[in-house]
This record gives sequence, structure tokens and C-alpha cells, in this order.
Amino acid sequence: MIEFFHALFDPNSSFLRLALAAGTLASVSFGIMGTYVVTRRIGYLAGAIAHCVFGGIGAALYLKHRWGLSWLDPMYGALASAIVAAIIIGLVSMKAGEREDSIIGALWAVGMAAGLIFIDLTPGYFELSSYLFGDILLISRQDIILVAGLDLVIIVLAVMFHPTFLSICFDEEFATLRGINTSFYYILLLVMTAVTVVLLVRLVGVIMVIAMLTLPAAAASTLSRRLSVIMVLATFFALFFNWSGLALSYTLDLSAGPVIISVAGLVYLGLLALSRMLPNR
Amino acid sequence: MEPAIALDNVSFSYTRHPVLDGVTLTVPKGDFAMVVGPNGGGKTTLIKLILGLLAPTTGRVTLFGEPPESAWNKVGYMPQYTHVDMAFPVSVLDVVLMGRLTQTRRWRYTKNDHEAARHALSEVGLLDKEKKPFSSLSGGQRQRVLIARALCSNPSLLLMDEPTANVDPAAEATLFELLSTLNNRMTILVVSHDLGFVSKVVKSVICVNKKVLVHPTSNLDGTLINEIYGGDLRMVRHDHRCSHEGHCINEALTLPTSFMPHPKKP
Repeated sequence: MIEFFHALFDPNSSFLRLALAAGTLASVSFGIMGTYVVTRRIGYLAGAIAHCVFGGIGAALYLKHRWGLSWLDPMYGALASAIVAAIIIGLVSMKAGEREDSIIGALWAVGMAAGLIFIDLTPGYFELSSYLFGDILLISRQDIILVAGLDLVIIVLAVMFHPTFLSICFDEEFATLRGINTSFYYILLLVMTAVTVVLLVRLVGVIMVIAMLTLPAAAASTLSRRLSVIMVLATFFALFFNWSGLALSYTLDLSAGPVIISVAGLVYLGLLALSRMLPNR
Repeated sequence: MEPAIALDNVSFSYTRHPVLDGVTLTVPKGDFAMVVGPNGGGKTTLIKLILGLLAPTTGRVTLFGEPPESAWNKVGYMPQYTHVDMAFPVSVLDVVLMGRLTQTRRWRYTKNDHEAARHALSEVGLLDKEKKPFSSLSGGQRQRVLIARALCSNPSLLLMDEPTANVDPAAEATLFELLSTLNNRMTILVVSHDLGFVSKVVKSVICVNKKVLVHPTSNLDGTLINEIYGGDLRMVRHDHRCSHEGHCINEALTLPTSFMPHPKKP
């Protein structure tokens, strides 16, 4: 573990500092949005959005090569596809009724498939697993600026519309009767979730990012029954998972993403078991 | 004077078969009306049409002479008990404050909002629970919190869907008292399968089973019960005060009792 702290200050391992910065910045958004996702029970929708992000990454890689758009970083593709997927999935979940889960399941798989097809069409070699399972070596200085910017947008929106989001998560019908445009805010909530997902795609990959969204909030909700407290606790859990996961992965020479997610999963299951064993909870 | 609720020849169908057919109904201001009828008879659909959450297939609904969406700020609504997620992590006060949401101000609640929410909580007798998690309350208390949420926008019309479901008799009696006090300043419409309600406070009964019939409570008798539920019924009294000679339907309805329809065996 001491090597990890040494490495943090080593000028040659800037990738570690970048990964830590991305994880730290993203934790706030993950704490806030994860709490909404868990209490509103839309983890399934968030999962579908995360997998559609892979389609966007593939499309960006393809377009970058095809038309020589050197500025087109896969992260922009990820962001664009996340927002589009959130809007489509939001509309589907409002209008599709009983067919909802089939349609969402289809979008989930088609998003992945599109990403793979685009990558097939793009000449050259890509380390697929970097995008699927995360790769801290891919995190660049521009990524940190992007993550910081998006993070700020999410925090500002979440604070501004907190009473509205709380009311549509608790009782959408009642919020409608109070004159709130619930469809708009529901989609906004999904778009913010989608943007949050993108923040950690580089670090933990599209497949596992959904766990980072739900596990900190789920762990926090074993400790409190107030939404605002859960959000703060979930932020700290996300921070803890990112830091301890990075430190462990460096020390044990393992991939960062899977270690972060394993720590998160184990802590959540441990807390859940503990809260079940203790009375009066 | 504009009635609180007016339905003019309203029909509604989810599929080909109408749930409600040719409903014409007026609820005057100051009324305390109860909607009764069998399960699947269209009670909840009627409420959603009145609220403007569903649009009628034919006909017109107005609240205080306006389309329902324009009158939402005059309406307090308490949904069915099962409608909200009881495990949701939220404090009692935060639930009640949702009644103060408006289109224009969402950034945060004002001091006035907090005062109104506390006043509503004290009206339902739960001011001491304001900081408690909603999920830690008993069923009856949660229902009163939802009533407080409906009240704190100071509505002219209060709509409640099954407020006595999951409530013990003592809490039910308290609820009747509260509602009859509230009826002095607002029109009340309650959906219930529990006719015990009728006894003291309700002024008119709206019977829904695809068609709608309105009766003043003084006319309630066995014929009406047959019309509502169809076929012969037996009454079951729950108050344990039956005399050995038995009791008649009229008596059952004038006492604070409830009954459930039981089809007679052939």
C-alpha cells in the first residue's frame, strides 16, 4: 500500500493521479444521481443507457477514422449517445406500458451490438476491453476537464431542482397535479444519469459503471432514511470505493475497474448483512 | 353558482369496452360526497377523469367551471395507500412540503411553505413526527401524512382515494372527525368501499358501476345497495353491538358500521 502513496507523487505515474482525480470528481455526481436511481428504482434503465454508450464510442471511433476527424474523441461519442439513449429510453418507459422491459432490453443489446459493428468497420486494432471494463491508462488531461465540467452541471441542476426531483421520484402523479411537467423532469433526470455514467466510463468501463451508480447509494441507504443524507453518504462511499480500489489495484497489480467494483460490491453486501442482523432497522 | 365538479355525458374506455358510460354528475360546492361501487366498477377511473389525469373518450369534465388542468391549484389529492413507495427515504415534513410545489418556484421551499406544511401536519395531529422518516410511521399515520400533503396547498376541493384502507377503527373515527371539520371550508369527495363512512358525515353517495347514480344519504336503503353491487347482498356488521334479535339494513347504515357485500348462495 505504501508503494501506492509513493507512486502518487512519482512524476512518472501521472496516470495514477489522473485516475484518482477523475474518480474523486465523479464521486459527487455518482452519489447524487445514484441515490435518485436507487430510490426511483430505475437501475435497469441506467444499465441500458450505459450499454448504449458503447454504441456511441464505436460510432465516434469509426467517424474519426472515416472522415479524419482527429478532434472526435470517443468520449464525445459516449456523451452524445448517452444523452440520445436517455431521451429514447425515457420516452419508451413512459409510453410503452407493459412492453417496457422488452423494448429496454432490446435497446440495451442493440447499443452494444452497434458499438461492436462500428469497431469492426474501423480499420486498426482496438483494445476492446479498455472500453468495456475501463482502463486508467486511457484517462487524459482533457478527460479531467470534461469530467469536472459535466460534474458541475449535474451538481447545479441537482441542487436547483431537488424538490421537483424528490417529488417526481416519490409520487409522479401528485407532482403532475401540482402543475409540474413530470415528463420533462423525468427525462432530465435520465439525461443527468446518462451524463454521470459517462464520467466514469474510462475508469470502470461501460459494463461495470452501472454498479458504481447503484452500489454507493445502495450502501448509503442501509445507513439512513433521508434522501439528502443518503446522497452525502453515497458520495463518500463512491470516493472510498474509487480510492481504495485504485490503491488495491496498484498494489496487487490488477486492473483498476474490476477492483473498484469488487470493493463496492463487497462493502454493500457486508453492510446489507449487518443491517439485517441488527435489530430496529 | 359553479359546482365544484361537473361531468357532462362522460364516457371512458381503455379498450373497446367502456369503463364508464354516459356519466352526468354534479357535485355542488360544500358537498361531502362518497364514491362507492364494486371493484372494477370504475371508481378510480372516475377520480382520474375528475383530476384530469385521464381525458374522457366523450363528454366534458369541469372543476369550478374550468377544465381540470386549469383548476389543479384548487385541488388537494390523496392517492390510494398502495400508490406511494412506503420505503422511500424521505422525512414526514418533506412529504407534506410536496403539496406546496408550484410551476414557478422549485429551487427551494419558502418560510411560508414550511409554515403551511407544519399547519397541515398539526391539523392531522402529527406535528411531533415532522422530522421522522416517512417509512417509520404506522399505516394510519402515513395516510394522515398524505392527507396533510393534500391539505397544505389550501385546496377548495379535496379528493381522497380509499382513505380508510389499512386504518384501525380508532384512527378511522379520528379521520371522520377531521373530514367533517374540513368540510366546513372545502368540498370533499371520497372513494371508499367502506360504507360505514356514510353514516355520519357524508352528504351524498355516488354509486359507480359503469353507470353513475347519485343519492342523498337519507335515501340509502337495501334497494340502493342492490343497485350498486347487483344481486342480493348480505350485510356484515363489524361493530360487535348487534342485538340478539339481529338488525336491519337501515340501522346498519345509520350506525358507525361498515358492511361488505356477500353474494347469497343459491
